[in-house]
Amino acid sequence: MASAHSRMRCGEFRTTYQSDMTIFPTPLARRVAIASVGLLLLAPLVLNQYYLNLFIQIGYYGIAALGLNIVVGFTGQISLGHAAFFGLGAFTSAWINNNFGIPVFFCIPLAGLLTMAVGLLVGIPAGRIKGLYLAIATLASQYILEDFFARADWFTGGSAGAMASPFTIFGYVMNNDRSYFYVVLFYVIIMYLAGSNLLRTRDGRAFIAVRDHYLSAEIMGINLNKYRILSFGISSFYAGIGGALFGHYLGFVSAEGFTLLLSIQFLAMVIIGGLGSVMGAMFGTVFMVLLPQVMEFGVHLVGSNNSALTQALAYIKEISIGLAIILFLIFEPDGLAHRWKMIKNYWKLYPFSY
Amino acid sequence: MNFELLTQMVVNGIIVGTLYGVVAMCFVLIYKSTRVVNFAQGEFLLIGAWTCWAMLVKFELPFYVGFPLTLVFMLVFGIALQMLVLRPMIGEPIISVIMVTIGLSMFFQSLVSWIFGGYTKAYPKVFDTESVNIAGLQIETAYIMSLVVSVIIMVGFYVFFKYSRMGLAMRATAFNQQIAQSLGISVKHVFAAAWAISAVVSALAGVVIGMVNGVSSALSFIGIKVFPVVILGGMDSIVGSIVGGLLIGVLENLAEFCDSQWLHLGNMYNIAPFYALVIILMIKPYGLFGTKDIERI
Repeated sequence: MASAHSRMRCGEFRTTYQSDMTIFPTPLARRVAIASVGLLLLAPLVLNQYYLNLFIQIGYYGIAALGLNIVVGFTGQISLGHAAFFGLGAFTSAWINNNFGIPVFFCIPLAGLLTMAVGLLVGIPAGRIKGLYLAIATLASQYILEDFFARADWFTGGSAGAMASPFTIFGYVMNNDRSYFYVVLFYVIIMYLAGSNLLRTRDGRAFIAVRDHYLSAEIMGINLNKYRILSFGISSFYAGIGGALFGHYLGFVSAEGFTLLLSIQFLAMVIIGGLGSVMGAMFGTVFMVLLPQVMEFGVHLVGSNNSALTQALAYIKEISIGLAIILFLIFEPDGLAHRWKMIKNYWKLYPFSY
Repeated sequence: MNFELLTQMVVNGIIVGTLYGVVAMCFVLIYKSTRVVNFAQGEFLLIGAWTCWAMLVKFELPFYVGFPLTLVFMLVFGIALQMLVLRPMIGEPIISVIMVTIGLSMFFQSLVSWIFGGYTKAYPKVFDTESVNIAGLQIETAYIMSLVVSVIIMVGFYVFFKYSRMGLAMRATAFNQQIAQSLGISVKHVFAAAWAISAVVSALAGVVIGMVNGVSSALSFIGIKVFPVVILGGMDSIVGSIVGGLLIGVLENLAEFCDSQWLHLGNMYNIAPFYALVIILMIKPYGLFGTKDIERI
């Protein structure tokens, strides 16, 4: 296919369905993707602890955000309980590791599968209801699971929390940011490739059909219940993997971390990034992880000796998140992915844009 | 089994339930006329309660001046919110509308906590007597006032929607926006009025609850508790919200009672309504009084 593209492109002309369905739209995009992964592989050698920590955060939140994008952006179901599944993944992985002695290496995918099982269970009522009612039902599941985390001593350690052992592979312990970065990067690549591939399959197209017009989809022979429940399951799987990575990174999982606020932040990532876009989930995550850091930086810049302002930092961070959600929805409802697409389109035809 | 405690808790449930009913009514009012699910309903209570508190404590105004001023402030606030934030959202998908109200809720909650601090603050005393004895039950005066206020609001809503011009316009808009517009109703004004009324009445409820329990961010949780209430009563039914409020109010107190007597699980008071919510959604998603959506292709 590469020969179809000359050195200087003047647009995208596809002649087969196959070329329209490739993961990377152009050879250049593929090369850029591979090069950026290569650059990321070198990152731990150059960057310090602070930046690596940010990268790792972006990694595990990004995986969970992609899961949420599958359910919200691609299937059109609203979930306000994503943080609870994220937490469930973290607790499950720690629990399997502590109680059954299974190495962490296997615990992470296992936690994903168990979270997926719970997600499918929660998805059963979700198959019947939609839109607003589903949003409220998932809100309830968020509170119920949060309550469960706080009281299930056997599973989560109750209010004391659970210890999570570090990630090990062939006896090599990956307990510092430098080595754990590779673990997270590995999972990010796998999960994002799987996510983009999912949307090229029959099931992925069914999700989009359910989102766009569920009645027409049903008439065309798509089993609505099956796909609604399935999308919940897949999204929980992603949340579980993200949560497990989070748990083994911090080494300690506490029940307080997985509140409605985190669920809202996940939704914000998806919306700011762009609903229904795989890379959008990543853009949104980067934005949401960096926003509090930028706020902190700004506050220290403005008044490092102003104690009232530094004390209010937690509030300022939350205000900025709320404001970002509102402003994006009003001024750029299609998110950063749309902006990125526009920039790409501009340069594609530059300098003759007509 | 402790019958005295049981009756006391049921009475508490009814009183708290009427307040839930009032807040749910405000929620339903917005949903019915503008089709916006307001996740920031609890923040209306919070802002109203804090504004009134600031008027009474910071500016040392008497109650009969500070309280109406609060309501005027909330009126302006509601209209401004509708015009600046919600109007651009008309015609957007439901997820965007939900998220924008969630964003508002986050924004105002942290803004208010920043301004007023995170601790519970008590209202200055409005009543001389703490509690009165009715049929052997100790009931706080503020509770009685809240009951009276709630009933007045409910009657007010009934009269408003039945007889006033604006109320009729709102019902017409809720029924069908296009037809209402073609009959000469300004849908813009109706939307603004819905938000304004909702903000004012929520603030009233917020002040009442603030008087009983003190003001803190916990008030905004009532905005979340409203969801079990409206799901039980039906999303678009004013009567349903009152019935739902009473039922949920009694239910959570009964759950608390059962928990303290036999189960000893803890936290049932806050969680029981959500279990109820899930069960209702499974059995009867449109609630007791809600209208079932009929979709045409």
